[in-house]
Formats: sequence, structure tokens, C-alpha cells
Amino acid sequence: MIYLDNAATTRVKPEVFEAMQPYFTEQYGNPSSAYAFSGKIAQQVDASRKAIADFIGANPNEVYFTGGGSESDNWALKGLACSLKNKGKHIITTKIEHHAILHTAEFLEKQGLDVTYLNVDADGKIDLKELEEAIRPDTILISVMFANNEIGTIEPIKEISEIAHKHGILFHTDAVQAFGHVKIDVNELGIDLMSTSGHKINAPKGIGFLYIRKGIKIEPLIHGGAQERGMRAGTTNAASIIGFGAAVKLAEETLASRTEYEVKLRDHLIERVLAEIPYTRLNGHRTDRLPNNANFCFRFIEGESLLILLDRAGICGSSGSACTSGSLDPSHVLLAIGLPHEIAHGSLRLTLSEETTMEDIDYTVDKLKDIVGKLRSMSPLYEDFVKKQKEAK
Amino acid sequence: MSQVTEYSDKVIDHFMNPRNVGEIENASGVGTVGNAKCGDIMRMYLDVDDNGVIRDCKFKTFGCGAAVATSSMATEMVIGKTVQEALKVTNKAVMEALDGLPKVKIHCSLLAEEAIHAALWDYAKKHNIEIEGLKEPVNDIDETEEFYKMEEE
Repeated sequence: MIYLDNAATTRVKPEVFEAMQPYFTEQYGNPSSAYAFSGKIAQQVDASRKAIADFIGANPNEVYFTGGGSESDNWALKGLACSLKNKGKHIITTKIEHHAILHTAEFLEKQGLDVTYLNVDADGKIDLKELEEAIRPDTILISVMFANNEIGTIEPIKEISEIAHKHGILFHTDAVQAFGHVKIDVNELGIDLMSTSGHKINAPKGIGFLYIRKGIKIEPLIHGGAQERGMRAGTTNAASIIGFGAAVKLAEETLASRTEYEVKLRDHLIERVLAEIPYTRLNGHRTDRLPNNANFCFRFIEGESLLILLDRAGICGSSGSACTSGSLDPSHVLLAIGLPHEIAHGSLRLTLSEETTMEDIDYTVDKLKDIVGKLRSMSPLYEDFVKKQKEAK
Repeated sequence: MSQVTEYSDKVIDHFMNPRNVGEIENASGVGTVGNAKCGDIMRMYLDVDDNGVIRDCKFKTFGCGAAVATSSMATEMVIGKTVQEALKVTNKAVMEALDGLPKVKIHCSLLAEEAIHAALWDYAKKHNIEIEGLKEPVNDIDETEEFYKMEEE
């Protein structure tokens, strides 16, 4: 199997799994308990928190562990909407956010907040001028994703935070896809809150954190016990936090060499696909994109049938077609960058890892050529296109 | 979310090895149905003999696995039938012949039924006959040409 869906999730690294193992059957104590048996576990949780904080240039007490990216996004938006309700009721975000942001924003609209959804250009980048113009006296938050999960485009984070701060507005970023794949220093970039997820960087599923800059008042999302300094209740998920810490250390050590390797593979993939498969476009910015992300639209064919045939060839990818999203509409991201529905239905996202090889990429492109050709030979849209071209001659 | 594992073996078989893919030159009737917005477009070609029996049927489909499989099955089911009999090949019959479809894919079988009807309508119109119980089909395609013109500019 060639696994090219690392934006969906990643393999837990053996080193990470090993680091977690003692905390299930041996070191099973509740880190909040008073005795030494638990205290040792609490120390390991703190060590993980410190490793993560160091990685993003934060203070450990600004890192709050959560159940993952979606919870972090929900917390940031709902928590600030609540704590800042006397300051204002307007939030600015974008049309290409993950549903964890979009659906939370829609929920807040039902509660009486106003939300502006910024447009993006053909590469998926927001327009800073449009952002600035959207700011109102009652704007409490700007939330823009660090990098898009589908098309991989990296947003101008520093410029966005500068605009936010110029107007005294908090800036949150959903960095689920970027964390561990792109160097992030919260101070350099002016990030006030940041959502992340462990399972995108070889940690287990169900763990993430919300970075909250010191001094920011935010209402908890999950009320209860005093865990996470009273900000996120629920028995501390020690094993996952420790695994997350181990994964972050590995990600930090390999960041430069890993991303350099992935970019080489990614660019080879992009170049071969665009050169060898006609009527294909690359989605997302050509260079300002995640090191491991490639996203294509193949005209005249539909994404799900493409995925099934790739699957049969042992290749795992993903698509923004309606048939894979469970709704009738194709990906909101592909529509936001201006693609017509029909073309958006024919999208394919391939996301690599450091375990992907050049042979994997070449095999995938070879198979893709066959599969796209086969599907086109069955497509009435292709038939019409060919006829029109003949007529034109 | 639909997954490959939700498809029956028959659906997978008809998707992987679709029957009767292609075009029929000078077809007795051609019908195209579907909607690029929803991601499914089916085209059916009919070759009908002088006695009103469907000698051959071919298809082309833009769509998901279920859309291809239902088109393929539908062509098999109408070949050899009279046009009147072909009208009775319902989406339900196509679905049953495929050992069922995931719920979110039922519309694909409807599309297959509509494609047959559209081809029959075209046949009836061309040959100036009336097929009892057949209604005029609807279809819409295309927002794409403009987009590519824009991109080229």
C-alpha cells in the first residue's frame, strides 16, 4: 500500500507508541492525584507541555491540551465570543476554513454574532486589504487558518496578525495542518491563539492543544474539574500527551531535513502530473504551500471513481468531490478558489510523508495516467470536448 | 461519507469492468441526463431495430462508482427488450440487480432510469412515434467552458 493521505492522519511512530506504552497498564495513575505514583506521571505531562511550548516559542502555561483540532477551534471561537461579548459580536474568518471553524462560526451566527467570511484568490490566499476593510469597531476576533487542509496554501500569517493587532483585535489561527510541518514561532508571527492536532504529526488521535497567549481571557469550553489550570476539564490524557510530546520532539529534530525531502518529492509529483496528464490543474499556491501537499483537478472525471481505482492499485488518496463528502456539493475550498462544480468534482489530494519514496511517487503517477485515461474514455464530458475540438479544426 | 467497502461486489464488478461503454454511431436515440453540479452525467445510446427492439445500448458516464455501475447494469437490462419494455426498467430494478446501493447513492439509479427515458424520448422524437407513458426528460450541463476561457485570458 502507498499511503498518500497524511493530511487525513498519520501513522503513530514506533518511538511515540513506545513512549506512551507504560501509561496504560503500569503508570495508570491519575496525574491530578496527590501521591507520588501519580506525581511522576504529572511530571512527564509537564515535560511534554514544555517540549511543545519550546517548539513554538511559547511559555508552558500557555499550552492547553484538548481532545484535538476540532475542540481547539470550537474553544477558541465559542470561548472568546463568550468572554468578549461586552466588547463586540463580530468575527472575521475565511471561506476556506475547516468545518471545525466554519460550522462553529455558523453556530455563533445563530446565537446573534456577525461573521464575515473572507474571499480567497485563485491560489487560496486571502486579500489583506479585504481583511482590513472588514474590520468593524465591534470586531473581537480574526481567525484565519495557517495552511489549508485541502489545497495546502499557506496564508500570510504575520501580515494578518499585524493588521489584527493594529486594530486591537485578537488573532487565532487553525494550524492543524501546518504544526510540525512549517516552522511556527507564536511571538515572531504574532499569534494570539493557535489550534493544533497530534495525529497529523505521528502522535495518536484524540489529542491536541490550544495555545492561548498569556493574559487573554477566554471562557472554558468544557467545564468541570481543575485540569489544565481550570481551563479544560476532564481527566488528563497522560498517555496521549506524552505521546504528543514525543512526536513533537521528533518533528522538531527532523523539520528541516524532512520538509526538504518532502518538497523534492512533492515537486516531482506536481511536475510529472502536469506534464504527463493533459487537462490537469494544480490547486493551491505553487510555492507557498505545505511541503507534503499536492492537489489536482483532472478535467472530465469525477473524484470518487478516481479514488476507487487508485485504491484498487494500492494507493490511498482523497478527493473534494461531493461523493466523498457526503453532500451534493463539492469541496467549499475548491469552489472558493473559483472552480466550477464540475471541475471541483474531479479533484485529488495526495499528501506525502517522510516515509514516501520517489518510487512510490513514480508508481502513483504511472497509475494515475492509466486511471485518468480510462475514466476519460468513459466520460460524456470528454467525448463532447473532443468533438468540439475536432469541429474547431 | 461513502466508502468503497459499502458497495456490493456486483457494484464493484460493474464499476471495474463496465459493460457496454462507448458510443453508437448514428444511434436510434441518445439521451444525456444529470447535472455537473451534483457530479453525475450519464449518456445512453440506443440502437433500435425496425420492430422496436433494442439491439444495442451503450453508455458514457461522468460520476462516482455507483453512477458507472448503474449505467452499466441499465444497458445490460434494456438490451433485447422492446422500447415499451425498456420503459419499465425502473431505478429499483437496476438497484436490485446490483444487490443494492448505499443510501446516498440511490439517486444514481434514478439517473440511470432517466438516462434510458431520455434516450427513448430522443428515439421517439426522431422516428415520430409516441411511447405510452414516456415524459420529456430534463437536463442541464455546463458552466465549465466560461471558466477555462477566463483562465486562458
